[in-house]
Amino acid sequence: MAALWEIPAVQTLTWALVKVLIILQVMLGVVSYLIYAERKICGHIQARTGPNRVGPFGLLQPIADVLKLLFKEEFVPAKANKVIFHLAPILAVFPAIVTFSVIPMGPPPTFVVTDINVGLLLFMAMSSLGVYAITLGGWSSNNKYALLGGLRSSAQMISYELAMGISTVPVILYAGTMSLVGIVQHQAGFTSIGPVPLPNWGIFQWYLVIPFVIFLITAFAETNRAPFDLPEAEGELVAGFHTEYSSMKWALFFLGEYMNMLVICSVAVTLFFGGWHGPLVDRLPWMGLVWYLLKLSAFMFFFIWVRWTFPRLRYDQLMAFGWKVLLPASIVNVLIAALWLYGKGPR
Amino acid sequence: MLELFFGFAALLVVTSLLVVLHKNPVTSALFLVLAFSSLAGIYLLLNAEFLGMVQIIVYAGAIMVLFLFVIMYLNLQHDVETGLQIAVRRGIGWLTGVAALLTAALLIRRGWALGPANEQLPEAAAGNVGALGRTLFSRYLFPFEITSILLLVAMVGVIIIARGRTKTAGEGA
Repeated sequence: MAALWEIPAVQTLTWALVKVLIILQVMLGVVSYLIYAERKICGHIQARTGPNRVGPFGLLQPIADVLKLLFKEEFVPAKANKVIFHLAPILAVFPAIVTFSVIPMGPPPTFVVTDINVGLLLFMAMSSLGVYAITLGGWSSNNKYALLGGLRSSAQMISYELAMGISTVPVILYAGTMSLVGIVQHQAGFTSIGPVPLPNWGIFQWYLVIPFVIFLITAFAETNRAPFDLPEAEGELVAGFHTEYSSMKWALFFLGEYMNMLVICSVAVTLFFGGWHGPLVDRLPWMGLVWYLLKLSAFMFFFIWVRWTFPRLRYDQLMAFGWKVLLPASIVNVLIAALWLYGKGPR
Repeated sequence: MLELFFGFAALLVVTSLLVVLHKNPVTSALFLVLAFSSLAGIYLLLNAEFLGMVQIIVYAGAIMVLFLFVIMYLNLQHDVETGLQIAVRRGIGWLTGVAALLTAALLIRRGWALGPANEQLPEAAAGNVGALGRTLFSRYLFPFEITSILLLVAMVGVIIIARGRTKTAGEGA
């Protein structure tokens, strides 16, 4: 046993597995309390109190919710495609979990599961696989509303994925690497606009401001959140792609949506807001994790805030906006960033 | 590493066979996604991370979603063609298969070395994104641009065909 532990590959693998387990467990807890946060915030936005009966301030509400979901009847429609019907909820959670393996949550190597040199591409690949869950879930239910929801979502996600991918290119040009750890390390130190000293984050480079806005808009579309929640527009499509789902399978779709939000917000923090960078990180590495979590929470609050304050877009407007505004704007941004960085000369 | 290669290769062969043999078009399409993913795995084992990821983004993530979109839109539950159509298709399939087998036999008889095409990229070990970009935009710039023009032509063609149809259907739409 001791001899086995001496092999470096075994050590690396064991630590990676331990980190994966911790992240997975923490994420499950975080997601259930995110739903609580969403209900509380939405309550206050609508001048209500939100859940407040189960435990102090309703803090035990998520546990009650999960218990309720576990004990509900598992229903499969008679003419559904059984295998794909069961596969779809799994596919909803899988991409989000995989992506978390490359997101730097603090200074490496302690707070990073793995650092691969195409980390950003892995994020893009996994978010492009996320479409399958919704499309297949909608199709296999053998239900008109679910099918329409699924088709809408595949069209929407393919359209917005392009703009999202291209909006990250200026960041790659700026950092000179596709590794997420490398991108965060490139944002260390300070810069300044005139006399005002600012941290050297992506968002404070003038040519990365518009890419950030585009990334944020496409992030709402990719996670199917309002104002882009057309796939589950309840006024037209009952509940969209998950109309026929119940019990834990429905809960997995819900879990997938919130995990995707966490992933996309983490990537936004990594690309544009300096990841783990903040005061005191040099002396206390765990402060990096704290800064990362603080920035992540701010983004999550923003997501919830937007959902409960903006109305839903009309479908044709959504597609036109994606193809005719966001995509050209992001391509022009790549050109501007490339020219500016070329003009500045080699780093 | 070799075990991983054989795992991915076996998965690739099995899923590719299932794509052809399965009756339900949606399931076939899903097996094709799996085949593309195992191909991406083989790329990763060859230290071609960029190609592996792009394989998933472009083929598994975009093209196959469009395939599924079309299949669902047509609502093809099972193979509906009968008689002559199937016979013709099977004939073409057998011919193609025999041709592929002959090519493989010829290749095996001549040995596996494929000549100087397998040249080593500079700095390939230390992350090949930069190396790939440099080679693509210097030495292979012309083929690269030609490919992009080909894609543009295809796109323009599709737009023209689609517009022609709406005009005949809806009078000046």
